[in-house]
Amino acid sequence: MGLSLFTPLSWNDAGFILTGIWNTVIISLVAILVGTLLGLIVGFIRSASNQLVNALLGSILDVLRSVPLIIQLILFSTYVGAIGHPLPPFAAGSIILSLYAMAFMSEVFRGGFNSVPPSMPLAARALGMNAWQTIIYIRLPIGLRTVFPSWLGVALSVIKDSALVSVIGYMELLRTSEQLISRTQQPLEILIGVGIFYFLISYPLSLYGKHIERKMAL
Amino acid sequence: MIQIKNVHKSFDDLAVLKGINLTVNKGEALSIIGGSGSGKSTLLYCINAIESIQQGQILVDDIDVHASHTNQDKLRQKLGMVFQQWNAFPHLTVLENAALAPRIVKKMRKEEAIEIAKKELIHVGLGDKLDMYPTKMSGGQQQRLAIARALAMRPDYMLFDEITSALDPELVGEVLDTLRMLRDDGITMICVTHEIAFAREVSDTVAYFHQGVIEEIGPPEQVISNPQKQTTQHFLRKVL
Repeated sequence: MGLSLFTPLSWNDAGFILTGIWNTVIISLVAILVGTLLGLIVGFIRSASNQLVNALLGSILDVLRSVPLIIQLILFSTYVGAIGHPLPPFAAGSIILSLYAMAFMSEVFRGGFNSVPPSMPLAARALGMNAWQTIIYIRLPIGLRTVFPSWLGVALSVIKDSALVSVIGYMELLRTSEQLISRTQQPLEILIGVGIFYFLISYPLSLYGKHIERKMAL
Repeated sequence: MIQIKNVHKSFDDLAVLKGINLTVNKGEALSIIGGSGSGKSTLLYCINAIESIQQGQILVDDIDVHASHTNQDKLRQKLGMVFQQWNAFPHLTVLENAALAPRIVKKMRKEEAIEIAKKELIHVGLGDKLDMYPTKMSGGQQQRLAIARALAMRPDYMLFDEITSALDPELVGEVLDTLRMLRDDGITMICVTHEIAFAREVSDTVAYFHQGVIEEIGPPEQVISNPQKQTTQHFLRKVL
């Protein structure tokens, strides 16, 4: 009776892979959603506030943007563990990935808000709109229109960067496939499959972004 | 009635308005002429509560514009304003541009807001552009859209701040024609303008602003055709 340490990839692994895909999708969605919301708020504050507030916020964002994501993930996850409040990998990963997305998106949104000519909100106020209505109906839609392609670019890189959350033990697609590789010793097939999956998510989105960009250039 | 009583306004150390007194009655058209930096546009911004004042009082239908208890958002519904830059909202169609404020500020039903917006747009000659985006239109058309958009709020007064100054010369005529039409409708208006001939034609009163004060005020036959002050004569010689 031959006993092998390795068992080849089979259809029984589909569920395992699907879990990985699902976890990648979920953590990406959470990070994009939270990052967008926070990014909108921070971007708006930065476009509307004075130099001091800007410099303060800017330096925090600089750190988030400049330190490699993988280091942020390990540092944060180790730190919360060290102070006695360990977080499950999904929570720790979501927090860091969201902040990371926020750091890039807030700059995108700030650029968008700054691109709205001041005369637009002025005209809105002159029509009787209050400050909130001016933000919701005028500043947001005009400011966001132009930056949609850049926002999409950040969102796509968040999906790809979510692979790094594997280093703190989150069972997303990459970590799932690593485990499969160590069991099956079929790295080529598995990694090609994973690559195709990322491509299938990213490429249509980037095509859509280009389409929107062309439409707006008209 | 708009009453402006001894209004002073300065930006930091620069005094822009130095004691302005003016009254505009319902149905009247006042034109304000004067060189750049004379404070004429600033006065419109003060009437509309976009700018604060340091001294004096502005009353719009007996509402004190700058009193702390005044709801300025509500007050601005009485005052339609059109600016030098036409400011059409680029993300909305022509019709949506004009229907937005009635719907969200006056809380009208959508159909009602659209009906009013349509009516005003047809009135200014944009009836065939309703579904267009304003960025595809000429400056003159966008400025007429801005007028219709302000009118759709059914304001009691219209404030026009050099609305033809940024237009190509060949487009000025269509916008002035629109103003003439509003004048015929009996709409109360204050026009800050460089179009002296137009001011002479449509105004009940013309005020000449010079360095933050009203140098000369009266019917156009006087102020424009037969100015009494030397400064007024000098200004008119330069622009006419």
